[in-house]
Amino acid sequence: MSAVSAVLDVGVAGIGLLGPGLVDWASALPLLRDPALWQRVPTVVPAPALLPATERRRAGIVVKASVVVADAACAAAGVAPASLATVFTSSTGDPANCHALCEALASAGRLVSPTRFTNSVHNVAAGYWHIATQSMQTSTSLAAFDASLAAGLLEAAAQCAYTLAPVLLVACDVPYLEPLHGVRPLADSFALAMVLLPQGGRRLHLALAGDAIATRCAHPGLETLRGQIPAARGLPLLQALAGPAAAALVLEGLPGMALAVQVDAA
Amino acid sequence: MTPLAVSDYTVVSALGHGRAPTLQALRAGRSGLRQVDFETATLGAWLGVVDGIEALDWRADLADFDCRNNRLAELGLRADAFSSSVRRAAARFGAARIGVFLGTSTSGILQTELAYRRRDAVSGALPADLHYAETHNTYSVARYVRQALDLRGPACVVSTACSSSAKVFGQAARLIELGLIDAAVVGGVDSLCLTTLYGFQALELVSPEICRPWDAQRRGLSIGEAAAFALLERDAAAPLAWLLGCGESSDGHHMSSPHPEGAGAALAMRQALAQAGCTPADVSYINLHGTGTPGNDAAEDRGVVSVFGRDTPCSSTKGYTGHTLGAAGGVEAVVSMLALQDGLLPAGLNVRQIDPTLQSNYLTQARQGRLERVASNSFGFGGSNACLLFGAAP
Repeated sequence: MSAVSAVLDVGVAGIGLLGPGLVDWASALPLLRDPALWQRVPTVVPAPALLPATERRRAGIVVKASVVVADAACAAAGVAPASLATVFTSSTGDPANCHALCEALASAGRLVSPTRFTNSVHNVAAGYWHIATQSMQTSTSLAAFDASLAAGLLEAAAQCAYTLAPVLLVACDVPYLEPLHGVRPLADSFALAMVLLPQGGRRLHLALAGDAIATRCAHPGLETLRGQIPAARGLPLLQALAGPAAAALVLEGLPGMALAVQVDAA
Repeated sequence: MTPLAVSDYTVVSALGHGRAPTLQALRAGRSGLRQVDFETATLGAWLGVVDGIEALDWRADLADFDCRNNRLAELGLRADAFSSSVRRAAARFGAARIGVFLGTSTSGILQTELAYRRRDAVSGALPADLHYAETHNTYSVARYVRQALDLRGPACVVSTACSSSAKVFGQAARLIELGLIDAAVVGGVDSLCLTTLYGFQALELVSPEICRPWDAQRRGLSIGEAAAFALLERDAAAPLAWLLGCGESSDGHHMSSPHPEGAGAALAMRQALAQAGCTPADVSYINLHGTGTPGNDAAEDRGVVSVFGRDTPCSSTKGYTGHTLGAAGGVEAVVSMLALQDGLLPAGLNVRQIDPTLQSNYLTQARQGRLERVASNSFGFGGSNACLLFGAAP
């Protein structure tokens, strides 16, 4: 029995980002360093070039946003997507698809579209990604409500440290339409992706941190955003990675199970 | 990987509550499937329905979690006094050192499906008694189990369709071996809901008769519900079985059809063998994914034959429980461990004539014998594959 949790050491090699007023990682860098320059405007999810036209038509926003940031992270890391194990984390699957299914099931005819049902799986984004990249690597899709980002980072880092192979982490949350938005209000879409390496990259040291208090963003607008979307809980880490200095922070996890992250200097 | 002790496990399915009725049914070749309606769905299909869900008493302090899926989880925690084993482990290691990793495909979405019938006529709002976070949300079942058992360790739901509750074994094994936790509650819970009943119907994958995996005239799957749990510990005085490997792969082929040659499935099986340091000949029995759809069984057969050849005895047990979707990996992990403990190779049910195009050694009669290692396949939509490998306790 070990009294102190082990530390996971991994390196960040490439980052993809999409969120309110955050168009991609390169243009977000100066904004995360000096948030006074950041202006919150609604997230615009572009059509992912990676998906063929037919898939693009079938794919919901959560798929598109996940694929866009995953593709960007792989390009930034200079690694072939098909070589990467993946961890996708999201509080829910495709929210618009879920609403359409629930509406159909509450209607008299209960006519369910086969494509809608296929797209209702939580691992829909992972499925489209692995088909588009023809990757046969292992992939997991998980959920931990508001703690989904920390749970995904823990799983991706654990896989990377365990297999000594790179892992692609993709975190993405997209709001529901009404009426589900009324019971699970997310303010906007937010997606981030990171290629984690066993050796090299910007080094992170992760440890389970029990009741430790989550690090807040110093900028009030970013702090509001952090609290509004599960994937945006990663903002303190993104801000640390945007700068050259070493940093120590705590990511919000489940009650009693925060995730401490030490970031080495660049 | 380092062999990991399974110190307790249980299952609740259409076969009954706990290991004993499950083993009896497997020995006797008795199916739990019935041609019944569910809720207002009168589809004429055969279903694996769990008894006793509605009659269960419910803790007042967890009232917001009350839904079919969490009730099924609770039945699982009570079966074989599984929760007592978890409490013993919590006393030994500390509640923060025990993870909860569960698979589900639809969680408690039935609550929202029913709530959509009761939307406010003017505003369209959902009724105030819908507790989305505690019932519908994907994570809700792991949240319920973590809270009901007073655990404080890392937790999440893995939701990769029908491979979900196999993959959680690998996830827990990694975290234990890396020293982040000492033990984990793993498994899967998936309950009947309208999304899956009408969805599989829309895909024309539901059999109009009882499911017949490996049969020449098989016409699709029969849907079931189940809860299955296992307790994995860093070490255990009297393990019931050993987890030896968890192979995982993706097809990268199609969202709802497997790779026709079973290439992704074969990759997962090979990886499980490699993790265990085993050869295919070391495996005494394979519990197949075997859903009973023409395409799935054909692809799996090719994958199995490409890795194991034509001799290794194998069968699907979905003719007993139905396809329990996100719980199937956990249910069939339990079946695999029961097989190891009892020396039972269960027969595949409902086969009239084995599909002559399938080449693996499919069992239509149960056999008894000393089993050393058992593999269990689970494959899901999105091309998600997992293969678990269990070893007999000495």
